[in-house]
Amino acid sequence: MNVHEYQGKEVLKQYGVVVPRGHVAFTPEEAVDAAKDLGGDLWVVKAQIHAGGRGKAGGVKLAKSLDEVKQYAEELLGKTLVTHQTGPEGKEVKRLLIEEGCNIEKEYYVGVVIDRSTDQVTMMASSEGGTEIEEVAAKTPEKIVKVSADPAVGLQPFQARQLAYAIGIPKKLVNKAVKFMMGLYQAFVDKDGSLAEINPLITTKDGEVMALDAKLNFDSNALYRHSDIVELRDFSEEDPKEIEASKFDLTYIALDGNIGCMVNGAGLAMATMDIIKHYGGEPANFLDVGGGATTEKVTAAFKIILEDPNVKGILVNIFGGIMKCDVIAEGVVEAAKEIGLDRPLVVRLEGTNVELGKKILNESGLKITAADSMADAAEKIVSLVK
Amino acid sequence: MSIFVNKDTKVITQGITGSNGLFHTKQAVEYGTQIVGGVTPGKGGQSVEGIPVFDTVAEAVEKTGANASAIYVPPAFAADAIMEAVDAQLDLVVCITEGIPVLDMVKVKRYMEGKKTRLIGPNCPGVITPGECKIGIMPGYIHAPGKVGIVSRSGTLTYEAVHQLTQRGIGQSTAVGIGGDPVNGTNFIDTLEAFQNDPETSAVIMIGEIGGTAEEEAAEWIQANMTKPVVGFIGGQTAPPGKRMGHAGAIISGGKGTADEKISTLKACGVTVAPTPADIGETLSKVLEEKGLLDECTTVK
Repeated sequence: MNVHEYQGKEVLKQYGVVVPRGHVAFTPEEAVDAAKDLGGDLWVVKAQIHAGGRGKAGGVKLAKSLDEVKQYAEELLGKTLVTHQTGPEGKEVKRLLIEEGCNIEKEYYVGVVIDRSTDQVTMMASSEGGTEIEEVAAKTPEKIVKVSADPAVGLQPFQARQLAYAIGIPKKLVNKAVKFMMGLYQAFVDKDGSLAEINPLITTKDGEVMALDAKLNFDSNALYRHSDIVELRDFSEEDPKEIEASKFDLTYIALDGNIGCMVNGAGLAMATMDIIKHYGGEPANFLDVGGGATTEKVTAAFKIILEDPNVKGILVNIFGGIMKCDVIAEGVVEAAKEIGLDRPLVVRLEGTNVELGKKILNESGLKITAADSMADAAEKIVSLVK
Repeated sequence: MSIFVNKDTKVITQGITGSNGLFHTKQAVEYGTQIVGGVTPGKGGQSVEGIPVFDTVAEAVEKTGANASAIYVPPAFAADAIMEAVDAQLDLVVCITEGIPVLDMVKVKRYMEGKKTRLIGPNCPGVITPGECKIGIMPGYIHAPGKVGIVSRSGTLTYEAVHQLTQRGIGQSTAVGIGGDPVNGTNFIDTLEAFQNDPETSAVIMIGEIGGTAEEEAAEWIQANMTKPVVGFIGGQTAPPGKRMGHAGAIISGGKGTADEKISTLKACGVTVAPTPADIGETLSKVLEEKGLLDECTTVK
């Protein structure tokens, strides 16, 4: 689960990580009030969307007066920002973070990830702050240093010191940097983070070490034990179809194509998208109905697919294991009758109760094209939507 | 022969009184698996379907001589269940549970260091040696005994591959689903090594997907160590970056973990890659024929 920068900073603050003073604002008036409350004569107006690259896309403005704060807030709120992470359609700005301006001395990078090769939490740091870490990794990998935290004892201060010295934090600020990193690590493990990036971490001219930006992702599987994090979810940042699907415990991801897919199992769902593409089509979505789907779940899945106006045809590919083919068939028939099936539907069923499933589809009176294999199914749906 | 499980494997089910655990335990018994007991804390002393239930894994092992466990407990309690099984010194623990927090698995992996237990999963379909032992949720009847090993990060895509093989008369030695989570027990290389050392396995199918670099590492290991032919498939060639494709581990992040990258590494390391998921069986057939192995691998008459 993603959260906004200002929410991530609030979480980090609880762990002693220093962040610039700031307030969230939903209107230009709130933005001005926030700036007044912060005081000073320099503010940063930052668009809050769930995507990186905001600075380059014009989503971060430096205001030198309250009038400028108001002007930038008016400009940004409601504007669609297109960054390299939003896709060409961009994301609408609905919230702003108003922060005090900082006197930056130098920018660094600190990140926390779960390293799959060591199966441990790894903290990475670099002297190259402010640029994409992927770019640093590609061009100057020697400028990224890493330490691995033993889960039995957690990150140790000596490891944080190693990082601080290695990236060239000034000696007099090393202790502050260590406190920063220890707090970041603790926030990550306490709240079940899946990714944390502080880019940039800055040192200021008045001797502070702070997070100028913060990107925090949380493990969706662990949200059941973090009600405070669940509250941070911003539904307006998500695809409405994905939200609807998650209510039914379905995994749905919207894509750009015109062939809707309903598949059981994540691996098979991905492979189904691949084979549609192989035959010259474009999948409209990834949809895994999961292992133990009920008729209601299948009906919901089918509705979500049909409600996408881009969908010109549907491919159902089921390999029944635990999932029984007759349950899928009943769900498809139910949904099709309820909302009316106005587009071509190709169904490929295999596995448990396959004959019963095929019988239900045949006797439904619906116009359904049966397929014998994945390849056959993909070929048929691609030719039907052309 | 086979790897990891065979007709002598004695299995307990952790979470046997839950609906999933019970359903799949019954299926396993029907398949001929030696299910010797079950564990649900607080329900020791009862029996379900004639199978004795114990409060702890240690007690179940002591009373039944079990050496393997299948875990179906809910995600919040699964890490604890794995560690309990490891503490009871089982040879094999297969964790089916999907949705375990990754940091729980980080702790489990640390706990397992230096201990004898092999963990398969979590978030996996399990492991099956056709005709002998089925631990997990795969449909038993699509499998047939034979000489081709299968290792996969996916569940239903493995069934798809198995089905294609059985339809061509090609049986399987063992099929292992290692699961779709970023931190898991047995990995590709562990399984490939076991297949390489198994005299009854003649060829291997490896099914990977986007995310991480496990397939690349496996490819390099294959090139350096494997004499048996390997056919690969990578799912997610059309997956967009930054989106978690169902499996927690199936995500392209920072431009890393793409299908193209994995496919080209596999090819460079001598693995024949099936162009589509529908071609896995055919691709393997061709490779077996080239190597003169098709006859011995055609075990379904």
